[in-house]
Amino acid sequence: MPVTQTLRNGAWRVVELITTPVVPTDYLDVIAPLRNPDVLRARVEAVRRETANAVTLELRPGRGWRPHEPGQYVRLGVDVDGIRLWRAYSVSSAAGHPSGRICVTVNAVRDGVVSSYLMDHARRGMIVNLDLPAGDFVVPRERPAKSLFVTAGSGITPVMGILRSAGHELSDVVVVHSARTPQDVVFGAELRELAARGTIRLVERHTGADGRIKPADLDTLVPDLFERETWACGPGEMLDAMADHWAEAGIAERLHVERFRPTVLVAGEGGTVAFERSGVTVEAPGGVSILDAGEAAGQLMPSGCRMGICYSCVLPMREGIVRDLRDGTVTTAVEGDNVLVQTCVSAAAGPCRLDA
Amino acid sequence: MTTLQRQENNPIAHLTAEDIEAIGRELDAIRDEVLAARGERDAAYIRKVIKVQRSLEMGSRAVLLFSLFPPAWLIGTAGLSVAKILENMEIGHNILHGQYDFMRDPKIHSTTWEWDHVTPADQWKHSHNEVHHKYTNVVGKDNDLGYGIMRVDENQRWHPFYLAQPLWNFINALFFEYGIAAYDLELGKNLKTRKRRNNPQFRANVKAVGRKIRRQVLKDYIIHPALSGPSFLHTIAANFTANLVRNLWSHSVIMCGHFPNGVSTFERTSIKGETRGEWYLRQMLGSANISGSRLMHIMTGNLSHQIEHHLFPDLPSSRYPEVAVKVRALFEKYDLPYVTGPLPLQVASAWAKVIRLSFPNRKPMPDADPSIPPRMPVAEPAAA
Repeated sequence: MPVTQTLRNGAWRVVELITTPVVPTDYLDVIAPLRNPDVLRARVEAVRRETANAVTLELRPGRGWRPHEPGQYVRLGVDVDGIRLWRAYSVSSAAGHPSGRICVTVNAVRDGVVSSYLMDHARRGMIVNLDLPAGDFVVPRERPAKSLFVTAGSGITPVMGILRSAGHELSDVVVVHSARTPQDVVFGAELRELAARGTIRLVERHTGADGRIKPADLDTLVPDLFERETWACGPGEMLDAMADHWAEAGIAERLHVERFRPTVLVAGEGGTVAFERSGVTVEAPGGVSILDAGEAAGQLMPSGCRMGICYSCVLPMREGIVRDLRDGTVTTAVEGDNVLVQTCVSAAAGPCRLDA
Repeated sequence: MTTLQRQENNPIAHLTAEDIEAIGRELDAIRDEVLAARGERDAAYIRKVIKVQRSLEMGSRAVLLFSLFPPAWLIGTAGLSVAKILENMEIGHNILHGQYDFMRDPKIHSTTWEWDHVTPADQWKHSHNEVHHKYTNVVGKDNDLGYGIMRVDENQRWHPFYLAQPLWNFINALFFEYGIAAYDLELGKNLKTRKRRNNPQFRANVKAVGRKIRRQVLKDYIIHPALSGPSFLHTIAANFTANLVRNLWSHSVIMCGHFPNGVSTFERTSIKGETRGEWYLRQMLGSANISGSRLMHIMTGNLSHQIEHHLFPDLPSSRYPEVAVKVRALFEKYDLPYVTGPLPLQVASAWAKVIRLSFPNRKPMPDADPSIPPRMPVAEPAAA
């Protein structure tokens, strides 16, 4: 109804005028954080332990959510010790849950700040920030006649999402999964159950006893290997080796991979600073602020007190690592973090990409 | 106030250059300790203050819809006054300092925050964070010394205009938020010449302030009263009172930050080639605290810890009380005057100065004012 729509818009405009200088939803957040259409959040509805090193979170996404396709991932923004950190997790539940809930399965990563926080602190009722689902690690609508999934460790999570959603639509499925021990297999019981029912053929490899699978092993484990549309998810070396193997066979397009990129950032001295919008790149030494280095390279930089107190010079760091020249604190940003850094007191401690 | 360099009893005469750098190192260590501990507690604190403030504001505005009834008017006005004070002092001022930027929450960040004030956040951040906090109490550099309309230092040249400065100060207190907007625009300077008046940046800033004033006025004096129906006029009066209360309160608190007796000012030439230790020392001697209860500190936005705030403007305000203990011990160790006192006394001291300096003085006088006792006994110098 256009009339009610006009009335609603008018009423909303009045609410906006009375909540200036903030927006009405900032007040709404006090009561109903999931109702905010501008900030997507989710409530943790349940926490399930999968293995000693994995936990599944059942999430109820708030307003603004768009359903995912099986195999896609979501980024979660979790406040760890007061600091919001974003990480990507594959959706492990079946698509199309009537209540709109989704599950993500978090595997403890060594030195992983967010994963270990979620292992220890995730509780029912906790609110996390959420991004819309993304990723092209999906099975096409036109289902392949034969498919193969090669996974290792936490790489099983997106595949579990696919099997739970579309397993019954795939006729000939082989799953080759590696984990260190039988107890470490996330969703182990469910996978073995699917195999017992004949939905999938499961090849379970326990690397603690039998060593890692090489692409050549796949030729014997799955004789019709190259007749299959293949999806692989696991550590980088495994995916690289598989990509080579498929490329040699001349059918690189039949292999689809999902890389979990635990970006390893090691603090060094200085680095290449790239200002993405202007295209300026500069080699910044470890003892020089990014502000000084940028200005010296002809980059137009916002600046103020030049001593770290006024916050006029902050720029979003898309990816990279910087060190605070005052106290040596190291700040890192991985793709999507957009950490704001004070350029006047921050020096590059590795390659950095800034949004400027 | 007299610039440090001209005081008869120079409070830092007993310090060597090495002492000053040692003070700097000790303050850096205090900062590092807070940075190491900063985290969930501080994030939870600011979120809680924001939640309380927003609930109080919504509740008070709802009550004021019935402001025709005197009890509703009283409760609503009191609640809204407190909410507005919290919003500007403990929340707005501190978030705009970047104190909570570490949380990486785009909703609570110095670059995105906007406050319930007629001056736009970015203009205030420039004049306050960039200029005042960098050039604290440097005569001729720090416009906060008298806000350009008053003489608060013996070294500022007297002019008959200053005879009426108690009146200027009172008017400024009543309309403080507009005073700050004019100050951020540097109206006095920028209206003087045609060239300055036509400067595109200045014109853009004036426009931005105009937009902000329009929105603020529309909210408090048209929309909210209109929603109150028959209570229209009463709600206007309530909102005017709440804004007035906040103006008087914040003006008083802010006057106590740098004007009371015992605070030093500095000459322009003294900051050439200033080291980090010297910068810290200038903040220590150029600021004054207000003593009081926890509630008092929250209501002043922890500007009652002005000394600590000036030393560490980007540490979360919730940490100032614990920092103050260590900073005060450092003052005692190095025999420096830690200026503090209860609010009424500090306000009186600042006002006394405004009145005293409205008259000309022949030569820079020593800072001690015999009518007001020193607020903090300075530790006896060991050698004396």
